[in-house]
Amino acid sequence: MTSLPITLTINGLRHDLEIEPRVTLLDLLRERLDLTGTKKGCDRGQCGACTVLVDGRRVNSCLALAVSHDGAEILTIEGVAQGEDLHPVQAAFIAHDGFQCGFCTPGQIMSTLGLIAEGQAGDDPERIREGLSGNLCRCAAYGGIVEAVLEAQQNMAKSDRRTAA
Amino acid sequence: MKDFSYIRAATADAARQAAALPGAMLLAGGTTLIDLAKCGVAKPDSLIDITHLNGLDRIEVDERGATIGALAKMSHVADHAGIKSQFPAISEALWQAASAQIRNMATIGGNLMQRTRCPYFRDPANFPACNKRNPGSGCSAIGGVTRGHAVLGTSEACIATYPGDLAAALVAFDAMIHLGERRISVDAFFLLPGSTPDREHAMEPGEMITAIEIPASATARRSTYVKIRDRQSYEFAAASAAVGIEFEPDGRTIRDLRVALGGVATKPWRARAVEDALKGKVLEPEAIRAASLLAVEGAVDHGANRYKIELAPRVVARAILKLGETT
Ligand SMILES: Cc1cc2nc3c(=O)[nH]c(=O)nc-3n(C[C@H](O)[C@H](O)[C@H](O)COP(=O)(O)OP(=O)(O)OC[C@H]3O[C@@H](n4cnc5c(N)ncnc54)[C@H](O)[C@@H]3O)c2cc1C
Ligand code: SF4
Ligand code: FES
Ligand code: FES
Repeated sequence: MTSLPITLTINGLRHDLEIEPRVTLLDLLRERLDLTGTKKGCDRGQCGACTVLVDGRRVNSCLALAVSHDGAEILTIEGVAQGEDLHPVQAAFIAHDGFQCGFCTPGQIMSTLGLIAEGQAGDDPERIREGLSGNLCRCAAYGGIVEAVLEAQQNMAKSDRRTAA
Repeated sequence: MKDFSYIRAATADAARQAAALPGAMLLAGGTTLIDLAKCGVAKPDSLIDITHLNGLDRIEVDERGATIGALAKMSHVADHAGIKSQFPAISEALWQAASAQIRNMATIGGNLMQRTRCPYFRDPANFPACNKRNPGSGCSAIGGVTRGHAVLGTSEACIATYPGDLAAALVAFDAMIHLGERRISVDAFFLLPGSTPDREHAMEPGEMITAIEIPASATARRSTYVKIRDRQSYEFAAASAAVGIEFEPDGRTIRDLRVALGGVATKPWRARAVEDALKGKVLEPEAIRAASLLAVEGAVDHGANRYKIELAPRVVARAILKLGETT
């Protein structure tokens, strides 16, 4: 099929691309743009390893056609840290051993960013578990993940207060 | 996934017309369609993308009811203040469905149109026989692994469960589907499999869901969606119940009751026998449990799904009693 022109802003950089309609956002990121931080687990919407933010909201990039998202702003795990400075969510995942093999971790972190932006989880571990249920971890690092999310939220709220003051 | 051409619809009318052509399919959030294209079940020649259409994602709630545009996202509807206060069962059905990521992608129109999770249906390479995919080829599920299959509304041709949570809540509260000008009740929209399980709904070629409309009612205001599944979250229902209740001024006598089941039937399943048995009765646990058994009147199991016949009435009773407690 003929390729179609689309424009995506990925981690703040504008990309003008020509792609086949059937290419998913996940395959575009990994195969065309070498952004392999976003992982392919199931490729069917069942595991969350491919989670990225599209216009600030978390989605499964394996079920998203790139052409359909023409004009969107995408944030992937590669765009989360500021240079050498880890994002508070990344730092908290390391501090709390929120992973073992690390395969699900980019998805967990992107999903956590989405969850925090939605402002729903608060400091209730049960609601964090529910809010992150779209991200499976085969190593079952769930205990550390929930602790990491709790701490990251607290740290981010503190630094928000500091910037506001 | 086989290749296809891509058309971005400029208007709803253009989308409907383009989708009526052979091999064409509407694309909304893609969470069913792209999945099934990867499984080899959906083989579109062209996709008509409706996600860029304006105005079809509105959610309006007033004293007469709610109107929800077909392109409204599951997450937005679940989180809408008017839906949460006037139609709690709708909000609960949505936020207990799928995952946060999928709810951010998936639309209400696509949600109603989601296909069965029957594992044989989803695996054409290994199971060519499936009357839903390939009429007349037989049913691989009958005599196979049936744990997730339906016990209500089945036929000799197909026993696949309709998996959606939202539609079960909609059918309880007499919601209507807008197909442009034409209006049809959710109950009439979904068809029983009978001898033609490939025909799942009453939509004609050239039609498209534009909105759903839910009339306001006292039962909808006092409603809940109880969903039981094999794991706590991110899973389809083993059995679920959408229930709404209205009491007489005494606060104990049931004036009106709505009951619908999900996860156990071939279409969203209204359980009117339970409603009729309890209207005018006082809310009392023994009577509720006895009447809830009527929800599975006529149920037929295929072995491994037998547990659903016992589970569904318990879910109904739990939902009714839960609403009774919130006086
Ligand atoms: C891992 C996973 C878990 C899930 N768990 C649940 C669950 O627990 N409960 C639940 O209810 N659902 C669940 N779902 C299903 C999910 O809710 C649906 O996939 C989603 O709602 C479909 O919406 P969509 O916009 O992505 O539709 P699409 O995939 O874009 O479209 C689906 C179908 O509808 C057609 N269509 C789309 N819009 C219209 C329209 N306006 N008019 C007519 N036809 C249209 C398309 O042509 C296509 O055939 C799950 C899905 C996945 C992948
Ligand atoms: S139950 Fe229905 S969908 Fe599943 S294999 Fe049989 S005919 Fe196909
Ligand atoms: S790879 Fe997308 S959800 Fe598993
Ligand atoms: S850390 Fe291994 S899958 Fe989560």
